Amino acid sequence: MKKLTLALAQIETKLGVLEANLEKHLDYINQARDKNANLIVFPELSLTGYLLQDMVPSVVTRPTQDDPHFKQLLEASEDIDIVVGFVNEDDRHRFFNSAAYLSKGKVLHVHNKVYLPTYGLFDEGRFFAWGDQIRAFDTPHGRIGLLVCEDFWHASPPYLLWLDGAELLLFISVSPGRGLNSHEELESARWVEHITQAYASLYTSFVANCNRVGYEDGFNFWGGATIHDPNGELLAQGPYHEEALTITELDLNQLHRTRARLPLLRDERTGLVTREMNRILAERGRAF
Amino acid sequence: MNTIDLNLNPELATKVLAGFIRKELGRADFSKAVLGLSGGIDSALSCFLAAEALGPENVLAVRMPYKSSSQGSLDHAQLVIEQLGVQSLTVEITEMVEPLFEKMPDMDNMRKGNVMARQRMIILYDQSEAFNGLVVGTGNKTEILLGYSTLYGDAACAINPIGDLYKTQVRQLSHALGVPDEIVNKAPSADLWAGQTDEDELGYTYEEADNLLYLIVDQRYTPQECVEAGFGEDFVQGVVRRMMRNHFKRVMPPIAKVSNRTIGYDFLYPRDWGT
Repeated sequence: MKKLTLALAQIETKLGVLEANLEKHLDYINQARDKNANLIVFPELSLTGYLLQDMVPSVVTRPTQDDPHFKQLLEASEDIDIVVGFVNEDDRHRFFNSAAYLSKGKVLHVHNKVYLPTYGLFDEGRFFAWGDQIRAFDTPHGRIGLLVCEDFWHASPPYLLWLDGAELLLFISVSPGRGLNSHEELESARWVEHITQAYASLYTSFVANCNRVGYEDGFNFWGGATIHDPNGELLAQGPYHEEALTITELDLNQLHRTRARLPLLRDERTGLVTREMNRILAERGRAF
Repeated sequence: MNTIDLNLNPELATKVLAGFIRKELGRADFSKAVLGLSGGIDSALSCFLAAEALGPENVLAVRMPYKSSSQGSLDHAQLVIEQLGVQSLTVEITEMVEPLFEKMPDMDNMRKGNVMARQRMIILYDQSEAFNGLVVGTGNKTEILLGYSTLYGDAACAINPIGDLYKTQVRQLSHALGVPDEIVNKAPSADLWAGQTDEDELGYTYEEADNLLYLIVDQRYTPQECVEAGFGEDFVQGVVRRMMRNHFKRVMPPIAKVSNRTIGYDFLYPRDWGT
């Protein structure tokens, strides 16, 4: 039986204080490794905090051995794979809200957030550049897709990752809690839980979401990390509003069983999608 | 039309709001809070949340009566202090504000009320230093939206845990947390003179205002849609005008931009910068 022990680290962060956040990462990595986890996932912008505004250019880390922060994370990744959120800067000095997958001392993948929410309480497009690639990648634990928060509110990035062979979708987020009403959980928590469960079912894949906790100014972040299996069943959930390390053993053979029952990926008509997409773009292209 | 449902889950609300007080004070390296306790429901709720967040020994509740303040207000504040076991202090403001009133014999009740609110702010911010605690605000969403407060007076605070709760939600959460019934059920009042009530001054009840504000603010209804939803046109127009006229109380004063980088426009950092 092929297994993966997944650790979701829903942590608080210090806003703009890389050293303190890195120290917390290393502590959680040690905890996860001691519990025999194979992969630990941290939330969006886990090395920097979220509400950065004009701090963005001053909290850049580069996902290379030369970077003093990534060097330590890459060393730690010899024993356990790591997903971390950080501010990335490219050669043209564009700043990205990014996530990196580290394994055995190497950076296997960097995803620059493609959809930057810039409306309502969000202002990311003002401070970050838009990523322009959505790619699945191979890891020792299978083929994985990595998305950051608003990326998975759009149906197309998880869809593309599914077609690109991802069997485990890793979502990382910093979701501001809102919609306090008579329910036992915030509306924002229910919204995210609905869509992550739907992706697991629709794409017959494992879907994990690691959302952070804590407060920044008046925002609260609600945590509640989840992992759903390819049947859409909830395997584990972290607590709301508290730091936690949620560790779950995934039976990766479930992919085989679910996809035998429900061959959605086999039957997906990508040629048809492409033809219709091209027609829509031709006819209504200006709208996009 | 959307059903107007302002009910909230008290356990979740308490968890989020007490956590907010604890964490935001902690980020500024504080573990104590100071607040003015008027005997009314808003400050009672803030006091309950602060005690829950920090422990009662780390909360200083200050009663600041004026000579015309009702004994009921003072007694109700005392009920909260005794029930929670928070630290307390009573500082009468009469002898502080009277000299100004005497110099300005034509001062009306509005001006006097503002002077009293600002005098109480001075005392709270002095106690903030003396007690080594931050001032926790007591203004609710309804009064902030209507501008029913004194700028740099009762509106002044370091953090505000209840500013996103409508008055009816303040009542619901207060009841759930065990704020004494006599405080929850009495008519809200600034207590500047005997018999004064907020709802008489505003011309409508808080419940009416909350329902309308919920549609305008939370549900993004246009004023016309609110009228179509059954609210009186004059009432809707009056509330909208009041919200707009008092918006200055909700924002920082504008700075005239002349440089290339100006505070508030293109010098943007969160309050929690570096913490």
